[in-house]
Amino acid sequence: MNPERRHLLGWGAAAAMGAALAPGLRLIELAQARSPEEAASALQRWGLLIDITKCGECDACVTACHEENGVVSNGRPATDAQWIRKVSLRDKRTGYAQTLPLMCQHCEHPPCVDVCPTGASFKRDDGIVLVDKHTCIGCRYCVMACPYGARSFIHEAVSGQKADVPRGKGTVESCTLCVHRVDRGETPACVEACNKDGGKAMAFGDLNDRDSAIHKRLRTEPSSQIRADLALNTGVRYQGL
Amino acid sequence: MRTVRIAALLLAAAASAAALADAPVIRIERGEACVAPTQEMRRDHMDMLLHQRDRTMREGLREPRFSLKGCVDCHASQKTGSVLGKDGFCSSCHEYAAVSIDCFECHTPQRAARAAAARP
Repeated sequence: MNPERRHLLGWGAAAAMGAALAPGLRLIELAQARSPEEAASALQRWGLLIDITKCGECDACVTACHEENGVVSNGRPATDAQWIRKVSLRDKRTGYAQTLPLMCQHCEHPPCVDVCPTGASFKRDDGIVLVDKHTCIGCRYCVMACPYGARSFIHEAVSGQKADVPRGKGTVESCTLCVHRVDRGETPACVEACNKDGGKAMAFGDLNDRDSAIHKRLRTEPSSQIRADLALNTGVRYQGL
Repeated sequence: MRTVRIAALLLAAAASAAALADAPVIRIERGEACVAPTQEMRRDHMDMLLHQRDRTMREGLREPRFSLKGCVDCHASQKTGSVLGKDGFCSSCHEYAAVSIDCFECHTPQRAARAAAARP
């Protein structure tokens, strides 16, 4: 079966799954979480919408991310891994200050994937950009290519990793959009923490799903991409920037 | 002639005792059966893991059958909670066979706390 035909069948199946009896009433409810036997699909594209007018001085997202993924500091800020960080912006003329969380933007056309010589840096079908550390040789081309400075190289031996988040010396890593949680049908740790302890500035969802809250907001409210001029079509969008 | 034969027997016995002392310790601590028959596991576990690795990483398929996390959860030692270390399930054989494995440079050799807590 050729790939195009497969895609077409996939779309057909998805359409049949979502067959609606009446608006809001479905014969079969669309599953939130994929089953472990189901591959990530291009029907979905996971993304974030961050309203920075609600983002305050806290760093709940950073703490939660690093806790969830076992990213620990060695006390050497120059080389410590950073999956997400708070960036402060200040208008020099007016003094207007803003702060926002910055992480891998999960681009549709990721420069990190373009430059990777081994194919370790890749984009999963559902839009999540990852590093396959089994094939990463630690050349750090992707670190240089990323316009958002989102990637970190692990300089030191790691121990005490989380079972779902393998990390090791000599490879590059970045935000995985908490892929292990997403595959279980949960939201990324930063989003959960922001909505619990922070300013409720972050939302997670499927950018392709017209019924999702994130899609609705993106089509009715203004939003922007960081470095939209690069036309990378980022999966992480900002409001109030 | 007879003494020679006895000496040979003694030598053989000593040799087999030495071999036993050096043999890897395989302690199955949990579970009735593995995901495949023992002989198949011994021969092919590395291929299973490699195959599953790419499926999980690239396609997002998290089937429990050949997951490394599943291996560790069952086979980690009751005492240390790890598959490494002296008499560790993985390290014991691999040290004997002089095969260096890189899995645990990145993956945790420890059984997940949640799985340990749920254990009877």
